[in-house]
Amino acid sequence: MTTNLTTRSKNTSISRRQVMIGAAGLSFAFVLGGPLARAATLATEPTGKALSPWVSIAPDGTITIMSAATEMGQGSMTSLPLILAEDLDADWSKVQVVAAPPIDAIYGNPGFSGMMYTAGSNAVRSYYLSLRTFGAQVRRVLLDNAASKLGVPVEELMTEPSVVVHAKSGRRLTYGDIAAFAQVPDKPPEIKPEQLKKPSQFRLIGKDVMRVDVPGKVNGTARYAIDVQVPGMLYGAVLRAPVEGAAPDKFDESRAAAVAGVIKVIRMPYGVGVVAETPWAAFQAREALSHSTTWTKSGKAWAFDSEKGLEDFAAAARDLKSEAAEWSRSGEPRDALTRAASTFDAEYRCDYAYHAQMEPLNAVAAVSQAGDSVEIWCGTQSQTTAQEASAKALGIAREKVKLNYLLMGGGFGRRGPRDADFVVDAVLLAKEAGRPVKVMWTREDDVHNGRFRPLSAHYLRAGFDDSGKVAVYHHRLVGDRVTPSFDPVRYESRGRKDFILMVGADFGGYDVPHQLVEQLYRDTGVRTAPLRGISWTANKFAVETFVDELAVKRSIDPVAYRLELIKDPRARRVVETVARMAEWGKKRDGRGMGFAFLNYSDSLVAGAAEVSLERSTGNVMLHNFWCALDCGIAVQPDNVAAQTESSIVYGLGLALMERISIKDGTVEQSNFYDYLVPRMSDVPLMHIDVISTDNPPTGVGQMATPLVTPAIGNAIAQLTGTRLRHAPFTPERVKKALA
Amino acid sequence: MTTNFTVNGRAASTDAPPATPLLWVIREELKLTGTKFGCGTGLCGACMVHIDGKRGFSCQTQVSEMAGKSVTTIEGLSADSSHPLQKAWLAEQVPQCGYCQSGQIMSAADLLEQNPKPTRAQIVAHMSTNICRCGTYQRIVRAVERAAREA
Repeated sequence: MTTNLTTRSKNTSISRRQVMIGAAGLSFAFVLGGPLARAATLATEPTGKALSPWVSIAPDGTITIMSAATEMGQGSMTSLPLILAEDLDADWSKVQVVAAPPIDAIYGNPGFSGMMYTAGSNAVRSYYLSLRTFGAQVRRVLLDNAASKLGVPVEELMTEPSVVVHAKSGRRLTYGDIAAFAQVPDKPPEIKPEQLKKPSQFRLIGKDVMRVDVPGKVNGTARYAIDVQVPGMLYGAVLRAPVEGAAPDKFDESRAAAVAGVIKVIRMPYGVGVVAETPWAAFQAREALSHSTTWTKSGKAWAFDSEKGLEDFAAAARDLKSEAAEWSRSGEPRDALTRAASTFDAEYRCDYAYHAQMEPLNAVAAVSQAGDSVEIWCGTQSQTTAQEASAKALGIAREKVKLNYLLMGGGFGRRGPRDADFVVDAVLLAKEAGRPVKVMWTREDDVHNGRFRPLSAHYLRAGFDDSGKVAVYHHRLVGDRVTPSFDPVRYESRGRKDFILMVGADFGGYDVPHQLVEQLYRDTGVRTAPLRGISWTANKFAVETFVDELAVKRSIDPVAYRLELIKDPRARRVVETVARMAEWGKKRDGRGMGFAFLNYSDSLVAGAAEVSLERSTGNVMLHNFWCALDCGIAVQPDNVAAQTESSIVYGLGLALMERISIKDGTVEQSNFYDYLVPRMSDVPLMHIDVISTDNPPTGVGQMATPLVTPAIGNAIAQLTGTRLRHAPFTPERVKKALA
Repeated sequence: MTTNFTVNGRAASTDAPPATPLLWVIREELKLTGTKFGCGTGLCGACMVHIDGKRGFSCQTQVSEMAGKSVTTIEGLSADSSHPLQKAWLAEQVPQCGYCQSGQIMSAADLLEQNPKPTRAQIVAHMSTNICRCGTYQRIVRAVERAAREA
């Protein structure tokens, strides 16, 4: 069990014996702390390089390991340090986890070109080999020091958790003992991948431990940004423009200023801000402003209506003359389509969806009187963008932004935009107020100013050969752009590709020789973002429903049909496992069964849904969901299962109820009465099989989410013969489809 | 005007305007931040506390209603995470982001107070007032059942 979780970066003890060690493109300081350790000073090494430790070991045996990923419930704050601890052979009960300071060069995520960003379920995958190597290097230095102290060849030493053992003489030195005298070599020991532990030697990886953030989450002590209070702090609220790009035109300041406790009403570039003595005063003033504020008609989305927009998207998707850009291609799909013995086509649609993380967006900022530095407290998926956007807002250097990042009450993709909108609110208001300000968004703000899973329409076409086998896959996707607005920097660096919209649109995992995915780019001006499951949720709804339709057309069982198309043994195994778990093929009175499979960034996942339907209302009930996941080495198996349960529930919301609509550019929903999310009464019994294999670990945080919509839709089709083509399957839509 | 009431067994008072939601007094004045702001409309349960022994949405309870009343927050449920529900929550590894869990535990504590051996259906009916966006519901059910068993 780990104790003393620190969720904010803090000064970490470093002794004079410190040295840079480079590995796998990252640098870290290996630190053995002395009893009179001094506070870390960054960038003061003679090399001029920023310096901060990944690991430090105190003479009392405490091992401090930095956590570079941010924690939003997915468990990275435990699993990343645990991976390092594995090859260090650390006693986990002596490990203390500390949030790493925001230094990209040391702690950046290799999966995101070195920016500090926790997203895409890639933290474990991206840091895995580096962290294991760091751990092994530190262990090696401890062994070498023990060898010289004991006067024995290093080959005669081994380790037990946090202890170096000389079996011949029975002598033992704890890591803390060694820390008190150790000398650190100028150059780090070289560790090759084959020198790392074999999975059979793991003491921590694959063995469930108490997540370090969890004890504080049952007694109210876990700290989120919204809980932060600093001396002299005021409270802020912002009435934001309903449309991106619009600005406040006129507003009646007097009614807001008349609210007791209001200190200042502030015109901002994108809204009207209020600072007050209490949150309630700030919210009341914001409410008063909402009745009087008018907006400039600048901004693109004002004329946009999502219902009509989606019709236009769908028309363009099916109109093969409508110009499209090639997104991906294999084989010769265009020729193959003209040669096909027959073809089959189908259309699907998805609505905008909202993250609904439980902690409304918020941040605390304290700007220096001169306006030349700022301290921030926030919950962010990206330390890099939070810091950069704050610096940009004040026109100061990034180093002048002191960032404290705390636990997040959910992220799901909302907390990582390049412009860090919710952090900048606090920075701007704190600057104007001349005092620290905590800005909180109301739930209504959070919905109205959400950044949504994009609206999309899909036209899919299959071409068959003479034997009736599918030879060509063609997917035309018309969707609202995401990457250019959510993260213009990565959009440019990734060759102006809207990968956030397009991921999962391919026929990945299925052995079909000719494949073509095309994008019809649309920019409605509506705010968009990756949302849990990214665009796999929409794209695999289309793909996996289409596969089901192909199976029905050929009168083959959908599981058998998938197995005809899947070659990869790991993929076949998850499909077969779920079929077995769900007793696929068993007749069930009044219930339908539906299946879905995907290869989600090398995590293989399959699911089966058992549903029933109330025809009079159109209500769909999901009774059971079976899911198998092969994520390579399951670093924390119970957490993998927990993340999968969580992914399924999130997917259930997207499948049946979660829908944002836009009218005149404005979001029509406001709170949990008109944006419904799954409650306990909605969730099925979930049966999860985590298949841990010796492959490198891949993501687990959202892999099951995209299974749920197609699995439910396919189950409804099996039950009723009616195909649901527009997600979510709200009661009204289901009723209409069945009529 | 000062309102006097009790929080976690201790006397508390506030000069907040009468219409102020109890939530903000608890969080920002009394600095008991375990109780969370989620929706401000009594729809999510993140703000759930006990008022005179019954669960209540602190975002929907005005200070004006509080005179002489007794409030228990997550911080007052036990001094050391020893309430059977807190132990069960850890044993079942319920929390993910954790933001809703104070409210979930306070709702569950209210249930067990009224009905020490609830059926699964009773648990689901009672707990559906509280949203968990991480979808930890299956584990919450298991934890409530465990707490009922082990209490």
